Amino acid sequence: MKSNPWRKFKGKSWQSEIDIRGFIQNNYMPYTSDCSFLKGPTERTQNLKERVEKLFALEKKRGGVLAIDTKTVSSLLTYKPGYVDKKNEIIVGLQTDSPLKRGVNPFGGIKMVRKSCEAYGYKLDKKIENYFSFRTTHNDGVFRAYTEEMKKARKNGVITGLPDAYGRGRIIGDYRRVPLYGVDFLIEKKQTDKKNLGEKLMNEENIRLLEELYRQMDFLGQLKKMAKMYGFDISKPASNSLEATQWLYFAYLGAIKEQNGAAMSLGRIGTFLDIYFERDIKEGRLTEEDVQEIIDDFVLKLRLARHLRTPEYNELFAGDPSWITESLGGMGTDGRTLVTKSSYRFLNTLYNLGSSPEPNLTVLWSKKLPENFKRFCAKASIDTNSLQYENDDIMRPLYGDDYGIACCVSAMKLGKQMQYFGARCNLPKVLLMALNGGRDELTGEQIGPQINIYKTKKLNYKEVMRRYNFYQKWLCNLYVNTMNVIHFMHDKYAYEKLEMALHDTKVERFMAFGIAGLSVIADSISAIKYADVKPIYCKNGLIVDFKVKGDFPKYGNDDDRVDSLATKIVTDFYNELKKTRSYRNSKHTLSILTITSNVVYGKKTGATPDGRQKGEPFAPGANPMHKRDLSGALASLNSVSKIPYRCCRDGISNTFSILPSVIGKSEAEQVDNIVTMLDGYFLKQGHHLNVNVLNREHLIDAMKNPDKYPNLTIRVSGYAVNFHKLNREQQKEVISRTFHSKI
Amino acid sequence: MKGYIHSIETLGALDGPGLRVVIFFQGCPMRCKYCQNPDTWHMKDGTSTDIKTLFKKIENYRPYFGAKGGVTISGGEPFMQAEFLLNLLKELKKRKIKTAVDTCGHYLSPSVKECLEYTDLIILDIKQATDAKHKKLTEKSLSNVLKFLNYCCSQKKKLWIRQVIIPGINDTRKDIEKLVSLVKNCKSVRKIELLPFHSMGEWKWKKLGRRYPMKGKKEPTPERIRKLQSIIPRI
Repeated sequence: MKSNPWRKFKGKSWQSEIDIRGFIQNNYMPYTSDCSFLKGPTERTQNLKERVEKLFALEKKRGGVLAIDTKTVSSLLTYKPGYVDKKNEIIVGLQTDSPLKRGVNPFGGIKMVRKSCEAYGYKLDKKIENYFSFRTTHNDGVFRAYTEEMKKARKNGVITGLPDAYGRGRIIGDYRRVPLYGVDFLIEKKQTDKKNLGEKLMNEENIRLLEELYRQMDFLGQLKKMAKMYGFDISKPASNSLEATQWLYFAYLGAIKEQNGAAMSLGRIGTFLDIYFERDIKEGRLTEEDVQEIIDDFVLKLRLARHLRTPEYNELFAGDPSWITESLGGMGTDGRTLVTKSSYRFLNTLYNLGSSPEPNLTVLWSKKLPENFKRFCAKASIDTNSLQYENDDIMRPLYGDDYGIACCVSAMKLGKQMQYFGARCNLPKVLLMALNGGRDELTGEQIGPQINIYKTKKLNYKEVMRRYNFYQKWLCNLYVNTMNVIHFMHDKYAYEKLEMALHDTKVERFMAFGIAGLSVIADSISAIKYADVKPIYCKNGLIVDFKVKGDFPKYGNDDDRVDSLATKIVTDFYNELKKTRSYRNSKHTLSILTITSNVVYGKKTGATPDGRQKGEPFAPGANPMHKRDLSGALASLNSVSKIPYRCCRDGISNTFSILPSVIGKSEAEQVDNIVTMLDGYFLKQGHHLNVNVLNREHLIDAMKNPDKYPNLTIRVSGYAVNFHKLNREQQKEVISRTFHSKI
Repeated sequence: MKGYIHSIETLGALDGPGLRVVIFFQGCPMRCKYCQNPDTWHMKDGTSTDIKTLFKKIENYRPYFGAKGGVTISGGEPFMQAEFLLNLLKELKKRKIKTAVDTCGHYLSPSVKECLEYTDLIILDIKQATDAKHKKLTEKSLSNVLKFLNYCCSQKKKLWIRQVIIPGINDTRKDIEKLVSLVKNCKSVRKIELLPFHSMGEWKWKKLGRRYPMKGKKEPTPERIRKLQSIIPRI
């Protein structure tokens, strides 16, 4: 007979209603000691890891895609069970029937799938082509409804990166519900919700939700069948930690089989699973080594997740990312830390399996986190450059203590909030359009409402702002409307059945808009305000370049004259967005995040008044333009920390790079200093920080791609310099010297 | 009150404990042949800055100081503007911000002595360990530096000693032993650091239209520095 799956678990309220937070709060054990309990990888883990690494190498050799199944539409039940090494796996389940083989998912848009197949030398199967010629995809729906104006704005790239041809992503199913309650209980709850909803007025809103509930339950049923194919019955709660991890993984696997969203994040599972692990250890079922082995195996599976993308997509989001974001740490609202031993164990996978961008390990940082944990994170940053940090102290008051991060910086209460991903708007382009009376600065095409081109010998700040505000108003309205179309169609034709089944029925929605090129527009406006900017006209009368005379304050130097401009740009944009009602009563939010798309956006943008050349990349996210933050790394951090989170609830991304030798002499000093730096940045109300502690090989990359390492500081014995302050020759010199010493 | 400032580096993690804001003062009495910052030599080349402006800046970084960090004043030679420095240090002390001064030890006026009372750590860069070598490299005598050192010791001022190691000039065992002999009786010395010479400042010499005296000089290998460092007894 099976033992009671909830044995020894405390608390009652979470047992009758879905309440993961209640379960966690009643049962978890905060951990404040150090990392000495951690175990290395077992032989089995190492063997499996080697097998997986061989597959990665082969995938790379084949141009980035190992194989594509062009005959099967990806979903929960369409593939036979797949394994890496069946008898040696602890956690099982693959997206298709074979590791790294990519499935096709045309529900978001078949064109993208077709193009992706062709890019890698495959051809989408006729049967699928035929089937989808009778079925509307999300992409079809969107383009049926797009207005001419929307199409133009999309084409010229003033709003860009739109999720209108593939899955929108950024929705986190609360995958923990499956192991804690079992699928049957979840279906039962949805049935009750559906029955109650049925008693209400049958208006559009309620009918839509009724149908969605039907589909959610359908897919919960499919999830059970999928697990069955692997030999597991997940209808009832998991009774031990291995089951809990496996079932949670099945839930996530179901989601990534069904959806190919850009970001398919995991949530906040470490502390949840820790409760199961600690129970098993107490009951003598598992040792620390066993627990780490389960987590290692689980993480290895996550690293195998893949979606089929076009090369153009990869240009926007380089490195084939899935944003399997797992949030670690943070504090509870009762003052206890949410750090558990399993928070350490997940970080430990970076050592046991080697550093990796996935899963995207995200530390929720609070001043009050246990010092030991802070130090371990800092050490992992130095050793692996794989962690990002986000400010729990500014998010917790808004989202409570059971939120997760979707993608990079988007916070949401797990299972209770979701977002409509809203791509981003190219603000430097808006400014150029404002100067050119609504025309595209590169093609001359009329995109926005037409006014005269600004004819002058010197740009006047007031006139520029008058024009900018006019186009901002037009654009924000267009942007919200475009997003409304996209998400209406996504809900209709590519609804996230399983992920939404793992949310409360009554869910709170955000619509997450975005900004690209913040530092470029802030510096441009600063140049117009504080220096002399003379526009240069081309033959057909368009402003295509600028001559800047005199110096002006630049964002990234902790100079309020320009930092306040950046803040104003963001605040005004956000307030303007809110004026247009968004789909399904979603709440407007805003992010300053570009991932790697800053390069492409820069390519598509003409010269700007800050002296940036036509086609030159933007700085990423909210970063200052590289080579312009010349007052030291902390000044750069301070500038970014001034962007108000209350207007940018979808996150403010900052990428920070520093040399190990600059942040301290010994490793202990480096760890100390990274901890104080993070404490400082987050006390300053900074929201997010990618921390790179770079080594030699990174320097070479930094030389080729300076925008990737904007704050790279190097110590040259007597003093420190910003790497980009050095001229080309000096950079080369530093690199060659460091290399010689290595040999 | 105003002083001449060369620049401010907001993240220093090596010039004193913890994270530090480093303020580079303008003006220096020495003319070191390997100087990385020849642009700090002449006082009037700096930016005239008042204390209030400096404080506004420093306060912006207080959250990063943590338990150990603070402000380091470097240069140039900070004590060349001792009156201004004194005001700055007093104010920092009042605001409970930890301080360090990075100096060549050339000055010891009453104001310098008063400055020391308000400084948590002195980083003393002893350019060379014998008077002849010191004069040759810096155009100034070592005796002032030793007076400064002895005064600091008598006041039990916490000290870090530094020396830049230049191949062919001071990279032998004997050179290091000589350096150690100068400071070994001083109980308040917490650290002796040997820094490798580098020619990263060469472009500044060129820019200033000066001939770089160390042209073509090789940099010491990390192994050499490690070896020399190992001669120094643990303090």
